[in-house]
Amino acid sequence: MEETISLLIKSIFVENLALSFFLGMCTFLAVSKKIETALGLGAAVIVVQAITVPANNLIYQFVLQDGALAWMGLPEVDLSFLGLISYIGVIAAMVQILEMTLDRYFPALYNALGVFLPLITVNCAILGGSLFMVERDYNFSESVTYGIGSGIGWALAITALAGIREKLKYSDVPDGLQGLGITFITVGLMSMGFMAFSGIQL
Amino acid sequence: MSANAKRVVLDPLIDNNPITLQILGICSALAVTTTLSASLIMCLALTSVIALSNASISMIRDRIPSSIRIIVQMTIIASLVIVVDQILKAYAYETSKTLSVFVGLIITNCIVLGRAEAFAMKNPVGISFLDGVGNGLGYSIVLITVAVFRELFGSGTLLGYTILPLVNDGGWYEPNGLMLLPPSAFFIIGLMIWLIRTYQPKQVEKREYQVHRIHRTETY
Repeated sequence: MEETISLLIKSIFVENLALSFFLGMCTFLAVSKKIETALGLGAAVIVVQAITVPANNLIYQFVLQDGALAWMGLPEVDLSFLGLISYIGVIAAMVQILEMTLDRYFPALYNALGVFLPLITVNCAILGGSLFMVERDYNFSESVTYGIGSGIGWALAITALAGIREKLKYSDVPDGLQGLGITFITVGLMSMGFMAFSGIQL
Repeated sequence: MSANAKRVVLDPLIDNNPITLQILGICSALAVTTTLSASLIMCLALTSVIALSNASISMIRDRIPSSIRIIVQMTIIASLVIVVDQILKAYAYETSKTLSVFVGLIITNCIVLGRAEAFAMKNPVGISFLDGVGNGLGYSIVLITVAVFRELFGSGTLLGYTILPLVNDGGWYEPNGLMLLPPSAFFIIGLMIWLIRTYQPKQVEKREYQVHRIHRTETY
């Protein structure tokens, strides 16, 4: 239990996907003008991340890993080179299934998330989460925790940035820095703030 | 080389740079820029993936049903990235360890999918290939500039050779530790955008909210 909590805290704050690994930056900068949309996208990322990281974990453990096909009588097969294409396939399929399920059973949530759901397929934070899970050899329960934690961390970062940008539009920014430039500098300062967590040993 | 081909290659370098103007492909760009050699490899990997994926998607562009085009494009890109990843693991194992997950993340790099969707689906093979090369180079320029600043001021070296001798080794340069940490990449790119937009004012974004300035001849 203690380990689970420390992994959760670590994936939300210390190893924040957006601010310390720069993942999902394109959507992070493009969709952070309003708090409501940022919150919607953040919620969608948490859901997708919590489903795809464990799903990819199962695929890695039982199909792709070196010697994982022993249960089929093929102990010498190593399919790990197919990793990237299977993960992105799983993510695309999961997003599609999630979209259809939400449309059928939770139309209100579906309308709230709107165009963001399909966009999530190409969000690097999702694929990055799965790749980190493989690189760090998480088992199934750790991968569930990591999926949820990293999703929450990303959602937290984008909501915070949207809050800052809503206020920032009233300030007098030099012409050349207007828009994208000042956003980069803001994210830099936020990322410095999050570095304060890196001293925490869990 | 015709004028059109030249424009396709040179345009994305500064005028229409994928990173500083279109906000694409920043995701994997920043994390690998702590050393110049890692970023050079990353640029090479991305440029070859984007050029080849543009060419192959353009080849089959009339046969892809539009309802499943994204998944077809993703499959082609993912296969190319797997090839690059395997080559790196075979011939540059150390660098592929430092790049860790970021080679795999070329798949979700928005520049690759964006160019496939916006250019390769509508244009013939040759010009799509050149468009891929041009955008790859535009990405490389930004990445290499950031990497030069970060490696030079963060550890006093370039490509591993000492340029500014460090205090620790009896030299005079006190390294700037911030340069090796994530935030510095954001600051450098922000300042680069400022520089490019001062030089090219037409790229400046419009203000959403303008404080009304009262001229001294006006009254309230």
